[in-house]
Amino acid sequence: MDEHKVPLWRDDRFLKIALQVIVLAIVVALLALLGGNALINLRRLGIPPGYDFLNNPASFGIGDTAIPYSPTDSFGRALLVGLVNTLRVIVLGIILATILGIVVGIARLSENWLVRQIATIYVEIFRNTPLLLQLFFLYTAVFLRFPAVENSIRLPGPTFLSNQGIFLLWPAGTARTWIALAVIIGSLILGILLWRQRVKVIVLQGASGQNYFFAMIALAVIAVLALLFGLDWQAPVLQGDVVTGGLNLSGEFGALLAGLVLYTAAFIAEVVRAGIQSVSKGQWEASRALGLQPGLAMRLVIFPQALRVMIPPLTSEYLNLAKNSSLAAGIAYADFFQVANTINNQTGRVLQVVSLIMITYLTINLIISLAMNWFNQQVQIKER
Amino acid sequence: MTTILPQSSAPPVTTVGPWAWAKKNLFSSWLNTLLTIISAAFLAWVLISFLSWAFTEAQWNAVRDNFRLFLVGRYPVQLLWRIWASLGLIVAVGGLSWGVLARTSRLFDRRGLVMLGILAASILIVLGLLADPTSIAISLGLLVLVVGTAFLGQQIGQVKPQLGSWLPLFWLLTFLLAYALVRGLIIGPQVKLDDLTGLLLTLLTAIVSIVLSFPIGVLLALGRRSELPVIRWLSIVYIEVIRGLPLVTILFAASLLVPLVLPSGMRPDRVLRAIVGLTMFSAAYLAENVRGGLQSVPRGQAEAAKALGMNPLLTTTLIVLPQALKAVIPTIVGQFISLFKDTSLLAIIGLAELLGMGQSVLANPQYNGRSSEVFLFIGLIYFLCCSIMSWASRRLERQLNAPKRAVDPALTTNRPDGGGGG
Repeated sequence: MDEHKVPLWRDDRFLKIALQVIVLAIVVALLALLGGNALINLRRLGIPPGYDFLNNPASFGIGDTAIPYSPTDSFGRALLVGLVNTLRVIVLGIILATILGIVVGIARLSENWLVRQIATIYVEIFRNTPLLLQLFFLYTAVFLRFPAVENSIRLPGPTFLSNQGIFLLWPAGTARTWIALAVIIGSLILGILLWRQRVKVIVLQGASGQNYFFAMIALAVIAVLALLFGLDWQAPVLQGDVVTGGLNLSGEFGALLAGLVLYTAAFIAEVVRAGIQSVSKGQWEASRALGLQPGLAMRLVIFPQALRVMIPPLTSEYLNLAKNSSLAAGIAYADFFQVANTINNQTGRVLQVVSLIMITYLTINLIISLAMNWFNQQVQIKER
Repeated sequence: MTTILPQSSAPPVTTVGPWAWAKKNLFSSWLNTLLTIISAAFLAWVLISFLSWAFTEAQWNAVRDNFRLFLVGRYPVQLLWRIWASLGLIVAVGGLSWGVLARTSRLFDRRGLVMLGILAASILIVLGLLADPTSIAISLGLLVLVVGTAFLGQQIGQVKPQLGSWLPLFWLLTFLLAYALVRGLIIGPQVKLDDLTGLLLTLLTAIVSIVLSFPIGVLLALGRRSELPVIRWLSIVYIEVIRGLPLVTILFAASLLVPLVLPSGMRPDRVLRAIVGLTMFSAAYLAENVRGGLQSVPRGQAEAAKALGMNPLLTTTLIVLPQALKAVIPTIVGQFISLFKDTSLLAIIGLAELLGMGQSVLANPQYNGRSSEVFLFIGLIYFLCCSIMSWASRRLERQLNAPKRAVDPALTTNRPDGGGGG
């Protein structure tokens, strides 16, 4: 077909380019208009651009700090404290929610009727009410109601629950602790390497692999000894109305962590249940026919297959947990968002603060996604 | 030769009856028995401690005195008839659509009747404890209205079955009318947007945001599948950035940035800013849901339309989109339920929706220390609303006979959960 006979307004290529140019122009014009207004308004309010305000002294206190901080430190330092607090909640939350979620998810499929019903009620209650409400309830009705330190609730551990927070057994953080920690991690890595070598020897050479087995037991004994005695555990001690030693977690942190874990675990439980149910019944029956015990069949046959289905929705639950940690603002726990909010109230640097918040949360989400994608690739079926 | 008679065996143990059921489901092995005993003890402990707290220690006056405040907030008392009228309108349209959709099946199977009975009983109990006789009478009237309009809808639906496809438009008009009625746009005096509080504000923001986010979400979904790189990348960036951010931060940014980017002097209502934030948030998730629907439409449909000489615009609007949207109706209902829970985050930016109203009631020294009662009551409202909606959406899914989803909904990854709900 002769191209020159097609008029311009019916030329497909031209139309496509024109449409894109128009859309781009509209978006740019809109952004320019809004940005221009923002600049005018900011100048009128006398708020300078730039991020150098982060070096100014913060002059506000933060209740819950994992790294050293005082009100004379800079805004940047305050944000770092908030970021560490956020990351602390996210990491602990993901670990605990996964454990609880798997337990509840398996309970949802239990043969026992009563266990099944309790798990269902738990899932339904926590999925059908807002997380923020759960946090408010946990904070005001549970954590703020704990008794004063002198009559605090004692749990085995020793653990003290009081209105000044939670006191836990914790390593002292001396040189001994770090050496013991290095020993434990080292023996874990060595143990994994030995395990792989043992499997290789058994499969390739048909040997018993007994030497490797004994070496692993020796490693395990060393690790357990280091864990029990090397870490220099310090128990919290109640003297009069002061608790010394151990780890002190604030009530806000406890409420936020408990709320996030209980809420996310309800969703993870559903993911686990659906994942296990997605494995066809024949797999279960075949493994039973081969003589595998129910526990082994679950661990070796059903769960690895369910895991492949579960990882994408599990990733999105982890991302949700990370995003939901920003609800700390509702119960005044100094997470990143809460600190940024305070800085905005003090300095009025709206654009800078909003951009910092966006970059931080997008980065956190990106890291979780990348980690989970890597994990996902590891468990997928290896095909040629 | 002697014949060996088969040894007479005992008759099989009864496999029916409560005892057999309990043996099978509760005491089949020693491990199961142990689990049963532990769970029963746990359940008993929770129930007993809750009930003894609820009937002795708890003081429910914080809930009783402020019942109206939780539901309609500070809406003028003399104008309350507008709320009742809009509720009546929505209930009537709801009954009609139910009837039309269920035109071929029986309106009340046993489960439906049981649900309705439970609903009526719980309304009666809650209102009987908390409200005046007029409200009880009107609520029961509304219940009768649902049943009546449902029967009417069934009759109409059997005569004009094509009515079903007009329902979405009908609902949009109903909401517009109800909104105009509540705000007093038709018959004065007007009620300012920022004066709406309580459950009323929760419902308003959730409905308005999902309706507004619908066209944006559909456009974004089409944009993300477009072959034009500029449009595709703009859509991807918008969707992924919004989905990567917590809802609180979006609401926070909206409440601060909206007045900043408008010409000086324009300061929109705070509720309006919140709606902007919720809509932007919801649109990104809706776009992903619609994209899922678009992918479920077979390629052949678009190719056949092209072969018939339809241009891309007509192909999308008349062939692909209707099929895609029908496939994602249940997902969109699920998204609405999430958004309904997510509106609780407005409490953080200082708006008195249901949860924020609870906070402001608790700020009254008279109700000092009554937070358990108030939050439990609010939780009950959310729980009832969400449970009823998800029950209704499951029924809707069955009635619409949408293609059976092979995937368990728990395995879907696109749940809007920017910070409040799921």
